[in-house]
Amino acid sequence: MAKLKEIQLKISGVKKTKQITSAMKMVASSKLRGAQMSMEAFRPYAGKYAEVLGSLAERAGDQASPLLEPREEVKKVGIVLCTSDRGLCGGFNSGLINKAISLLKEYSEKNIEVSFTNFGKKGFDWCRNNNKVVEEKHLGIIGSRFGFNIASVAGRKMIDGFLDGTYDEVYVVYSEFLNMARQVPAVKKLLPIPPIEVEGEGIEEAEEEGFMAEHICEPSPDELLNEMLPKNVYIQLFSAFLETSTSEHAARMTAMDNATRACNDMITELKTIFNKARQAAITADLMDIVGGAEALKG
Amino acid sequence: MAENILLEVVTPEKVVVSEKAQIVMAPGNLGEFGVLSGHTPFLSTLNIGRLHYKDESGNEQSIFISGGFAEALPDKVTVLAESAEREREIDVERAKEAMERARKRLAEKGKQDIDVFRAEIALKRALYRLYITEAVAIK
Repeated sequence: MAKLKEIQLKISGVKKTKQITSAMKMVASSKLRGAQMSMEAFRPYAGKYAEVLGSLAERAGDQASPLLEPREEVKKVGIVLCTSDRGLCGGFNSGLINKAISLLKEYSEKNIEVSFTNFGKKGFDWCRNNNKVVEEKHLGIIGSRFGFNIASVAGRKMIDGFLDGTYDEVYVVYSEFLNMARQVPAVKKLLPIPPIEVEGEGIEEAEEEGFMAEHICEPSPDELLNEMLPKNVYIQLFSAFLETSTSEHAARMTAMDNATRACNDMITELKTIFNKARQAAITADLMDIVGGAEALKG
Repeated sequence: MAENILLEVVTPEKVVVSEKAQIVMAPGNLGEFGVLSGHTPFLSTLNIGRLHYKDESGNEQSIFISGGFAEALPDKVTVLAESAEREREIDVERAKEAMERARKRLAEKGKQDIDVFRAEIALKRALYRLYITEAVAIK
């Protein structure tokens, strides 16, 4: 009988785990909805901004801004590493950290100093455990609700660092949210700002409307561009944060869904074992009784 | 009566306004400007300040704007701003606190290492927020 009790205990344990994982899945899915909504809300702003910036860049001179100029010699690189604060989201964080490691390897081969700015606890923990240079850490942002000012403050620091020579290049490691099932670690260059490309569609549209040909600019296109470029950095950062947050929740949802399913499988399996053991016990009892009866007949 | 022009005010967090307006007045960096339907294509950075417009039924609406720019096309004005709040969305208490804080910092100017520029901007933001809400209260 002892064995039966043990199995029963195990079943109830797995059931409790399942309750937790399925609750976490629900929480993640509701947070995911919120994060996706923020992403949706940001899209019109980013789209319009890119459109205007693209056509402005076309019109302004090449030497318009120091933020656009690549450095001849790159000695120091800043990496903004976005990860989640909490675990239980599958391979989400390790994917991001691996991406950072491969970047790091590439640069250390070229004797380039790398320093980190961490958004998210997991990335920071990794940096600390591996003795990497951490400029700043920001916890409690990725995965929760945050405003644009977070990105603009961080972006301003990166730009200042770039201008005063703390960094020669700045990259962001973040998670690209492709769809519910796929989130891919990605890298994008923040500074110097990569040449601004006007998307094919944008050009046609602009030409149709005669966009730049007649636009009056106040102040001049160059000044406007100078005003807008730093904000473009903030926008890039903000979108990286948004995508990482959304990806985190999606990854957690998938991980918890898998865990819940694994719990179900385990419960079925344990139940089968339990039933078999119970049957065996009953059979053994019957054999005893039958054996006793036979003996009495004598 | 001229045709109405579509006004869109967009921040990174949401679309604040998307409606037809009779006239839009925006705080340009080089001075306030007004836009009516049929405006020539125009691009300008915006100051911290008050953007106001007359909606279709002729009511005056105010919006607080900070860190933005505007693009005017003949049938549409798009304002992209880091923050934008309709008058009823403005948090008066918070603005008052921000004003106090900024004033205090500016009063300590010279004594400590204070980022005067930032404090001034914060003060400006707070004052404009209060100005907009109180303008409504007077009416």
